[in-house]
Amino acid sequence: MHTSSRGAPAIRLAGLTKRFGGGGDPAAVAGIDLEIADGEFFSLLGPSGSGKTTTLRMIAGFERPTTGHIYLHGEEVTDRPPFDRDVNTVFQDYALFPHMTVSENVAYGLEVRKVATAERATRVKDALRMVRLEGYDARRPAQLSGGQRQRVALARALVNRPRVLLLDEPLGALDLKLREEMQIELKAIQGEVGITFIYVTHDQQEALTMSDRLAVFNQGRIEQVGTPAEVYEHPTTAFVAGFVGSSNLIVGEAAQAIFGAPGRFAIRPEKIRLGEPSDRVGPDEGSVLGKIRTVVYLGADTRYIIRLDIGGDLTVTQQNLRPPSVDAQTAEGRSVRLTWMRAHVLTLADDPQVAPADTAEGP
Amino acid sequence: MIRRITGWFNRHPRATLRALLAGPLGWISIVYLGSLLILLMHAFWSKDSFTGKVEPFNWTLDAFAQILSNSVYLTIALRTIGIAILVTITAALIALPVAYYMARIASPRARALLLVAVTMPLWASYLVKIYAWRTILQSNGLLGWLLSPFGLEGPGLTEIVNTWLVLTYLWLPYMILPVYAGIERIPNSLLEASADLGGRGWMTFRRVIFPQLIPALAAGSIFTFSLSIGDYIVPDLVSDAKFIGNVIYDNSALGSFPVAAAYSFVPIGVMIAYLYFARRLGAFESL
Repeated sequence: MHTSSRGAPAIRLAGLTKRFGGGGDPAAVAGIDLEIADGEFFSLLGPSGSGKTTTLRMIAGFERPTTGHIYLHGEEVTDRPPFDRDVNTVFQDYALFPHMTVSENVAYGLEVRKVATAERATRVKDALRMVRLEGYDARRPAQLSGGQRQRVALARALVNRPRVLLLDEPLGALDLKLREEMQIELKAIQGEVGITFIYVTHDQQEALTMSDRLAVFNQGRIEQVGTPAEVYEHPTTAFVAGFVGSSNLIVGEAAQAIFGAPGRFAIRPEKIRLGEPSDRVGPDEGSVLGKIRTVVYLGADTRYIIRLDIGGDLTVTQQNLRPPSVDAQTAEGRSVRLTWMRAHVLTLADDPQVAPADTAEGP
Repeated sequence: MIRRITGWFNRHPRATLRALLAGPLGWISIVYLGSLLILLMHAFWSKDSFTGKVEPFNWTLDAFAQILSNSVYLTIALRTIGIAILVTITAALIALPVAYYMARIASPRARALLLVAVTMPLWASYLVKIYAWRTILQSNGLLGWLLSPFGLEGPGLTEIVNTWLVLTYLWLPYMILPVYAGIERIPNSLLEASADLGGRGWMTFRRVIFPQLIPALAAGSIFTFSLSIGDYIVPDLVSDAKFIGNVIYDNSALGSFPVAAAYSFVPIGVMIAYLYFARRLGAFESL
């Protein structure tokens, strides 16, 4: 991981806020402090309206922060216009210039910065080779597929060799298969060029797959920063537990009944084992009884909604290991015992935010 | 009965289309193009030199010979085209910043007010506007009064430069509106992308905004150019210069219909060439 600090961090945000309307409006970004190390692949993850794109746009210089400071490699750039910052952006809608060819699009940044013609040509060629678009120089954006446009947008940004590359949901418009291909490719390109990538996405799977570290945004604030494994295995808030992966949130009387304590707990659906009511419970395990209420067949997995005997619902997913997994669908109404390792119970900080998680509360 | 008719039309979409278009197309082809054809045929008819009467279907090229032999006709054609080009360029130069301000900078309220301000003059009579300009331009008019403290005089109603001024005023809205629509169509992210790649304001305008506005400018120029080419009232009322339209008008008033008709080939030819050129620039897609 890139935790060692070689000089100043690539990006440092200090007390960053942004309000679009008057003082009465809720802040789009409500106070963010963040350090992103040089060479890191860092994701800003959150639902729409959580402030992640606004934060990215402030780093790019398209929005001016209401308060706070932005440092790029130790140098304050808060008040600099976008054309005066050594960062480049890959836009969500690609923002390719429709009247220019692919190579003219890619060359634009070099042309503006008055790079010599010969060098410009080589660099454009190299950039197009990196995104595997050799031979497409003379096409216009309208003649390209979505995935190809995406690559041009990437080449156009990378050709300038910025210190930091900002990507605003760059794969959002692509279909699933292509998106997964591009995820791997983007990661490979980042390794090759060694530029800091700041990647905005609402797709938790994408953020987990690609990032060195990620920050989870909610309502203009950062809920948690960490490596994908840290954030997934040890979410610190109910929101993170529910947004990154899915979780059963257990609070109130249900928590008291199951865990013997009134706090806020969460268990991942895939960490719960489904068994017969007579199954033995090990010393390092927790357990609860219930009835199968709904069975949802998902292909690789089956999801069960269990009505607990003490009240409330829990979601359990089981891999479809044993054929015939279709049998499971006949199991509705059956009594079951849910068992989990105590180590897999997540203890959450008390926070008032309602998380998008299945919640089991007391009856 | 009605059910049967509508049923038949439903099964024959092409016949439906023909029935719908018969009226307007018939109007255009017979009334409009037909009268134009008769007008143009006059150019090839001879005129009795004694009675001055036009002799239909007595074919000759005399009218064209008369036009070609007198250099005044060429001078007037070039003057008209030159003023029309000047008016078009001036209108474009004014329209670009105004439309940009309206589309990108103005608040929604200011934008609505500006749109009203741009279109309002179109509600006033063309002649009223020209007479308003006469009172501004005449030697003891508003302009003269404003200039008098500097020891300057008003231009009076003889200068050819007045036609440029008044025609630009008259046709400016026709340029502003398509350019405004064109600027509005450019996604904001393209301007951000240009800035992101290091482009300052002028660079972004020259390399990103302007090339995408060429169709809109060509569309606007169709109006400013063709309306200027065809105008004969403005030159008559605010200057003593003659335009193509004045020559045609004068000749037909004097009964020289063949010369008038022959000379009308000039603006028609120029406009056909211009429309072809504008189509190449993509003007028809942004009307």
